[in-house]
Amino acid sequence: MGRVFFFISEGVRALRRSAAPSLAAIVTVSVTALLLGVLIPVLQTTSGKTEEVRDQVGLRVFTGDEGNKPAIPQTQLDELETKLQNIPHVKSVEFVSQEQALDITRERLEAQNKEDLTEQLPGSDNPLPSSFNVTPDDLDNLEAIKAAIMPPDASGTPQPISPIIADVEDSRYEANTIRTVTGAVKWFLVIIAVILMVASLMLVGNTIRLSIYARRREVEVMRLVGATNWFIRWPFMVEGLICGFIGGAIAIGILFLGKETVVDPLSDSVNLISSEDTIAFAKLVIVLLGVAMSVSAIGSGLTLRRFLRI
Amino acid sequence: MNTERAHTEAVLRARGRGQRRPEHMTERRPRPPIVELRRATKVYPGGTVALDKVSLRVDRGEFVFLVGPTGCGKSTLIKMLIRELKPTEGEVLIAGRDISTLSEKKIPQLRRRIGTVFQDYKLLPSRNVYDNVAYALQVIGAPRSEIKKKVPDALRLVGLADKVRSFPDQLSGGEQQRLSVARAFVNHPPLLLADEPTGNLDPATSVGIMQVLYRINRTGTTVVVVTHDREMVDKMKRRVIGLDSGRIVRDQATGMYADDESTNEFGVRVRDELGIDESEPRY
Repeated sequence: MGRVFFFISEGVRALRRSAAPSLAAIVTVSVTALLLGVLIPVLQTTSGKTEEVRDQVGLRVFTGDEGNKPAIPQTQLDELETKLQNIPHVKSVEFVSQEQALDITRERLEAQNKEDLTEQLPGSDNPLPSSFNVTPDDLDNLEAIKAAIMPPDASGTPQPISPIIADVEDSRYEANTIRTVTGAVKWFLVIIAVILMVASLMLVGNTIRLSIYARRREVEVMRLVGATNWFIRWPFMVEGLICGFIGGAIAIGILFLGKETVVDPLSDSVNLISSEDTIAFAKLVIVLLGVAMSVSAIGSGLTLRRFLRI
Repeated sequence: MNTERAHTEAVLRARGRGQRRPEHMTERRPRPPIVELRRATKVYPGGTVALDKVSLRVDRGEFVFLVGPTGCGKSTLIKMLIRELKPTEGEVLIAGRDISTLSEKKIPQLRRRIGTVFQDYKLLPSRNVYDNVAYALQVIGAPRSEIKKKVPDALRLVGLADKVRSFPDQLSGGEQQRLSVARAFVNHPPLLLADEPTGNLDPATSVGIMQVLYRINRTGTTVVVVTHDREMVDKMKRRVIGLDSGRIVRDQATGMYADDESTNEFGVRVRDELGIDESEPRY
């Protein structure tokens, strides 16, 4: 027990006596922790958004009843719905009538603050066809489902399974674009994060090395009077722990300020920032403190090894 | 000074108590010499032969000078005794144990039992006088009560009792060396090695350091002093081992000048013989 107090008091003494290198270590640690604290939620948000997009992708099967074309009898529509539902890998089938399609268009225009063009439509002729939204159980099965709806005939040209099908639209192209973009953003962020992390780890390591290098003679003397390696190492590690704790705490303080003043007010209005998928702040605090403290303590311990060789 | 002598005797008594048990245990068999080299050879990478089949033994309680020109292998020998270096060939025994086979983990244990004093003092610059000496005790896990008792004793022995709160850079060269002697001796090690302890000091201050080493030797500690100050060595009339080019070229048991010579009488005599005109010791 007395030893623990000795190591702690030695660590604190070293911190006080080498204020400048310690300050440098604290600042580098806090910068690293800050980067980590920003990057973890950002990465989580982008990957969350990609998942959301994947969930929304499906097929739209249009019938040919738009405009002044004749309406399709309900029995035929029901028949098609059953056929669609029986295709393997189909999760759900949803019927969108002509009226519903018009309502959706209207809402969309309204949401975009655009003029309601539907009011200018002539008479009762609805230009939108009725359709079925087909959701696959997995995005990768989309192609198979599409092939099942439009199986190729003897000559190889795809023929719809029902005469009322006018067109099958695949939102995959759209989805793919979104996926590519979010994927690229994600990779970009990961690469930046890795580079920044490596750079700051090296920076922390270098700062610690400098502060230990300045005291290498001290380490030599300690060895000469018969101090064991761990006896020499512990105060340095305590020092690293304290530096890491202070640095981590500074980073958390800055992150907290940023969260309170920028992110939280924005997340009410901007969908992208809303943080349902992201890590809870308390968890983030623990992760950051843990990383900051262990990186600087282990960094000290490892750097010291060079000077402890007999 | 009487107080000095009284202190020396007090330390002697204390050591006597500490030694009783091992002496009793080894009554039948003679105790092995504290230092023994058997054809110890050290060849540095690159082929420089620092020590060439050196054999010697130093018995407990001896005061030995190791002399020779620069590069003769003195420092290599000292480094081998504290296992900073391993012999390329041959054996190095401390208290009958071959330390060249010692595992890395046991090296600190060895060093705790050997006091070392260097030309460049090797003090901890961030610690004051008291803490520098205390560190040697903290290292071995000594309780605070013991540290509180032993550190002032050691500082009194070297005459630094009034500088407890000073930092090494506030001390003169002689004082720094006294401090490093105090640190080396605070554990009361059976062996004390001094590598050119007076190399940076003027003759008058050197006598003061030698006086302290002499006093430590009188408490029963074996003292080995490496020096190239031949004049000082000759005047002190102790055993002298001369090294040259890695070989022993002389080993003279000059014998004590006077068996019951006090530290002070010793100082006066050596000063006199060296022609240093000072009646009071200078630190």
